[in-house]
Amino acid sequence: LAERVRRVGAEVAGPAADSVDRDARFPREGIDALRAAGLLAAYVPPEYGGSGCTVSDLSVLCRTLGEFCASTAMVFAMHQIQVACIVRHGATSPFFRDYLQDLVRDGRLIASATTEAGVGGDLRSSVCAVETDGDQFRLEKNATVISYGEHVDDVLATARRGPDASPNDQVLVLVRRPGLDLKPNGTWDTLGMRGTCSLGFLLTATGRVDQIIPVPFSDISNLTMLPVSHIVWSSLWLGIATDAVNRARSYVRLSARKTPGTVPPAAVRLAEVYVALGEIAATVESAVRDYEANLDDADAMASLGMAIRMNNLKVSVSRGVLDVIAGALSICGILGYKNDSPFSVGRHLRDAHSASLMVHNDRILAHTAALLCVYKDA
Amino acid sequence: LDQTELAIRTIIGQFGRLAADAASLDDSSDLYEAGLTSHASVNVMLALEDEFDLEFPERMLRRATFSSIATIRD
Repeated sequence: LAERVRRVGAEVAGPAADSVDRDARFPREGIDALRAAGLLAAYVPPEYGGSGCTVSDLSVLCRTLGEFCASTAMVFAMHQIQVACIVRHGATSPFFRDYLQDLVRDGRLIASATTEAGVGGDLRSSVCAVETDGDQFRLEKNATVISYGEHVDDVLATARRGPDASPNDQVLVLVRRPGLDLKPNGTWDTLGMRGTCSLGFLLTATGRVDQIIPVPFSDISNLTMLPVSHIVWSSLWLGIATDAVNRARSYVRLSARKTPGTVPPAAVRLAEVYVALGEIAATVESAVRDYEANLDDADAMASLGMAIRMNNLKVSVSRGVLDVIAGALSICGILGYKNDSPFSVGRHLRDAHSASLMVHNDRILAHTAALLCVYKDA
Repeated sequence: LDQTELAIRTIIGQFGRLAADAASLDDSSDLYEAGLTSHASVNVMLALEDEFDLEFPERMLRRATFSSIATIRD
């Protein structure tokens, strides 16, 4: 799988990255190539026809894609988060078992609609509610962001369980065409991550009640959505930083060839950047091990300690990659600063700035701060 | 109602920010379904620790421990 992803990255997503970035367009060719290589169903268990890869594998795939095109990697990562939620929490339901087979056969792309106007960015509370009538439901949601919403097959949306439910009594419902209508709202002209096309949408959906995942969203979020999100995001950010460092390495090699016998001054800075990159990689790998070791222990996964460690992962990596890329820029100098040089790291820097903002680190730190008031272990 | 349960209900009423009146809840009502957020549950935990002069050990800091008046009591 890692080999296949590297090929898609090198042959398709990488060459398109500059145009995706310049035109703020969906990385169509990269996603089509991933679909054609069966990689959109990578996390689906073999019993449904997927590759049955682990979160550790997903981490490697996202890091690899991140080296070539951060937008392609982010779309891939967000899709895999949705797949993981269905695989881990929907597989008891006949509807979702059938859906997983469709997903493999058609290479369906799933987006997420967790944010909503009126909740202040809090994923764990909803205004909209699923309205059921017999075995049918209807849902209307003013979603402030649905990344790549104009290019998806299906959407996983949060909503209150019913019109009388409290804001945090949420479910996760799979909405799909023809019962799904998305009216775009707003624009996506951003500093970086320009290809994710994260517009707002007015979502209207109808369907059958068995499209609702039969587990409360709070459990899905604690056990899967949040930890898997932080792992795959951190992995692709690490990929962005890895490519920036690779460019700095090429630059230093070029300088070294010009002055045989002396180590170029920038090499020392490269050595420093390498230390920082290694630390980030170790942070990601240890979080992946932690997640996989506790995967089947719901108590451990729902513990404060795990929530704090997964929050730390996101905050730590989102900060670290910016330092590493800034270091690579400093090594490459003016050739790193220029957009049209092979040592350019401008796109890397712009893409990586999204890491601390989506979801904002302040929100994550505030959540950790509240947990630390009662958390006892070291 | 004994003193312990009364104190628990008072704390939930004060810090739980539930949609329903804490006094009207059953012992076994699901507090999360009644609107207890993870943020509010932290405040409930802190208030309980203060009221009963105890510290919840780490292994009890679980969603299940705070899911109803009965489970908090246990």
